[in-house]
Amino acid sequence: MKRRTGASSMVYLCLVLLFLYLPIFLLIVLSFNGTNSTSVMRGFSFKWYYELFHDDATIQAFYNTIVLAVTSAVTATFIGTLAAIGIDKMKKGLRKTTIMTVTDIPMMNPEIVTGVSMMLLFVFIGSILGMNGVLGFWTLFIAHVTFSLPYVILNVLPKLRQTDHNIFEAARDLGCTQISAFFKVVLPSILPGIFSGLIMAFTLSLDDFIISYFVSGPRFQTLPIRIFSMTKKRVTPDMYALSTLMFVTILVLLILVNVFQNKSDSSKKKEVGSDV
Amino acid sequence: MNKKASLGQRLCAAPHILWSAIFIVVPLLMVVYYAFTDASGAFSLEGIRRLSDYTTTFLRSLWFGIIATIICLVIAYPLAYVISQLKVKSQAVTIMLVMVPMWMNFLLRTYSWMTLLEDSGVINNILGKLGIGPFHMINTGGAVILGMVYNFLPYMILPIYTVMTKLDHSLIEAAQDLGANKLRVIRDVVMPSTRSGVISGITMVFVPSVSTFYISQKLGGGSFSLIGDVIEMQFQVSNNFNFGASLSFVLMILILICIAVMNRFGEKDENGGVII
Amino acid sequence: MFKKLASVFMSIALLMVCVTPLYASAAGQKASEDLRGTELNVYNWGEYISDGSEGTLNVNAEFEKETGIKVNYTTFDSNENMYNKIKGGGANYDIVVPSDYMIERMINEGLLEKIDMSNIPNYKNIMPQYKNLYFDPANEYSVPYNVGMVGMIYNTKMVKGTPDSWNLMWDKDYAGQILMFNNSRDAFGITQCLLGIDLNTNDSEDWHRAYDKLKEQKPLVQSYVMDDVYNKMEGGEAAVAAYYAGDYLTMHDNNPDLAFVYPKEGTNIFVDSLCIPASCQNKRGAELYINYLLREDIALANAEYLCYATPNQAVLDNPDYSLKDEKILYPDAQDMPKTQYYHNLPPQTLMLMTSLWDNLKIEGNNDDKSIYIGLASFVAIVAAYSIYRAVRKKRRESMY
Repeated sequence: MKRRTGASSMVYLCLVLLFLYLPIFLLIVLSFNGTNSTSVMRGFSFKWYYELFHDDATIQAFYNTIVLAVTSAVTATFIGTLAAIGIDKMKKGLRKTTIMTVTDIPMMNPEIVTGVSMMLLFVFIGSILGMNGVLGFWTLFIAHVTFSLPYVILNVLPKLRQTDHNIFEAARDLGCTQISAFFKVVLPSILPGIFSGLIMAFTLSLDDFIISYFVSGPRFQTLPIRIFSMTKKRVTPDMYALSTLMFVTILVLLILVNVFQNKSDSSKKKEVGSDV
Repeated sequence: MNKKASLGQRLCAAPHILWSAIFIVVPLLMVVYYAFTDASGAFSLEGIRRLSDYTTTFLRSLWFGIIATIICLVIAYPLAYVISQLKVKSQAVTIMLVMVPMWMNFLLRTYSWMTLLEDSGVINNILGKLGIGPFHMINTGGAVILGMVYNFLPYMILPIYTVMTKLDHSLIEAAQDLGANKLRVIRDVVMPSTRSGVISGITMVFVPSVSTFYISQKLGGGSFSLIGDVIEMQFQVSNNFNFGASLSFVLMILILICIAVMNRFGEKDENGGVII
Repeated sequence: MFKKLASVFMSIALLMVCVTPLYASAAGQKASEDLRGTELNVYNWGEYISDGSEGTLNVNAEFEKETGIKVNYTTFDSNENMYNKIKGGGANYDIVVPSDYMIERMINEGLLEKIDMSNIPNYKNIMPQYKNLYFDPANEYSVPYNVGMVGMIYNTKMVKGTPDSWNLMWDKDYAGQILMFNNSRDAFGITQCLLGIDLNTNDSEDWHRAYDKLKEQKPLVQSYVMDDVYNKMEGGEAAVAAYYAGDYLTMHDNNPDLAFVYPKEGTNIFVDSLCIPASCQNKRGAELYINYLLREDIALANAEYLCYATPNQAVLDNPDYSLKDEKILYPDAQDMPKTQYYHNLPPQTLMLMTSLWDNLKIEGNNDDKSIYIGLASFVAIVAAYSIYRAVRKKRRESMY
């Protein structure tokens, strides 16, 4: 049924991919630069990789980013999954619509407005309590959980709708308690949704700059924020080295996942789109 | 079938509702509060009045956002179609290739474009070797739009691609059998059934494009500003939270109007029912 | 570590339960050994400390090693940016490095804490001419860190002759190759020097004159920059830029085509000083840090790395100091340009300056018209399309 794709389509595909990868290639090439310029390539060296592993602040920022991404993603997944279960059980009506709308706000709103609004809240509460410097890990954590929540809910909700309620009822009739019926029947069937929600929350948190920029304080810097303050002055190629390493890691991971998936369910119908 | 939710199930959504109320609704109320008060906390329309000075900035942001969105759509629509016509396995790989750049830090990717576009940058160097140019590209509106297209293109490709894979091929064949030509098929069958993907793609590109501040600072050279720049400046440099909130408030309203207008074109009711 | 950062409002936030050891309270006036394990939030200009890159001394890491105090080092790129963060109150810092006029303003507004100079024995290293300056006549609030002047950096391959006037930055021959300060005070400062206006004038007429001059310059400006000036000048992207003398030396190392001049109309001189904000949480640690930065070996490492003029006599006397004879940093008396300090401006003038600057930045480009036309036609197309759709729908409905 599928027609063969024409040569012109392939050329087009490659051109778009080239456009997407051009700056990344440049970044990788320059990470091997012999000088500290991020524009002119002079000589080849690994010195920026060496510098990277001796730059404590960057390593610390990287560590902070991971800690924040893991904690906020797990929290968001937990709250979000519970919320999805609750929302799924709600009757259609104003209440449900309101909750869904509010949930979607962080997704629809420009990031800068979300960041600004949270900063105003935090600073306001800080000033009420008469304390300086509320901005730190916890404010970042709250912000990241907040903007991850809708994505988790959006991933879990469809899976819940697909779950056959009769099986749950059957389990109840066979003597399971509500809770154990949930764990035995519902949870396994929504697990893929929970998992893709978790991954998405993790990725979003890892890469977020705009919201973090407004709600972060001096004690807890994430990598994007550090990179931002560097791009104001001069980006040294060790940042490029770091992103090259990240790029390679992601590529390897994705290839592994792909290979693994192809092996395990080459016959299964694929599902794309929800895991952006 | 007994669909009445138990107390436990209803409580599931409680943490989320509480969280959304405190960290989504209250911050937005804070924005409104700050937007209509002055530094001393008294009611004031000064911020709203001053907005008129920034009409051009608002319009410029909208204009750039619209152009970037249209370019993204023009690039992404055929691309998504091409990808959806590939073999299933190559589809997965190609979509992965489209997504990988999004995992790289967007600040660094944008910074990398600076290196590419500069007067003595990589592109002009290559063109110079071919005897063309040099072209002045950096610090122009075109460079900013390019940055937007580059950063947000995947957000357009993915949703369109997702609806394309769900396209019912028997419909196309039926149309062909009934004598519709290629153009007719695309207009009357493919386009209407991919509309929901297009709408969400447009939203996902338009919103961040209109509100960006980093791209315009780096690729626009600070000689003209977008609304995101002005907001960022109020909060980070000028210390005028109230006016910054006024700007954010108006930006938010503007974007909500745009989304609402667009959803009218979508018309098809998404399940879940989000009101905007 | 972040557990410490738990903030009180979490508990206020209704049902949220969390464990919140508050900020480490001031360790009291005991021996510095007590400070081990505390944190110090340092807020400094970007690239304004020797950071250990390429074999230099990592000043912060060394301090952590010596004292056991953890340094959280973050950077800002303009005085106003820093002031805003302090004033905003969302973040707290223990050390900031404002310039002269900003120190005056912050003292006036009660944002700075008095420094206990008896805790800073190395203050004796500061040269007398940098003590008792106008913004801190009794040396209570600030300890000089670096001294600098604004000048003109130009690319000898692109600029003809040897310029000596700020007029170069208004020269139409270099349209599109001029980099201007992206901060109001310095941008106005240069213009005022060129026009022969006092840098601290309160006459709104003067400010408007300077504004007109800046507006005249805008079409010629390639971009308004702060620290991105490095890459642009080093990469030969622009012919001329106004920036700080010390930074020129760093740029010159990377691009020998660059040259520097103090324009004959005069320029601004500034002193960046170490200060302790009133919201400081670790004052003893902060004083320890200031004292440490004034120590001969540390100050020397910084002076070599930053290439700024040092107010530290011990560094100047050190035979290892390589920049001692650098005339750009330490001009001979007869070559000394006319200089003026910035002073804190009264609120009305400050507001005038800010709004003029905002106007300059959003001031219409020539592409304005096309924006209006474009948007209008876009709206027209959308409207036409929706009417077309409505009509078509009706027609179809009537057909079936």
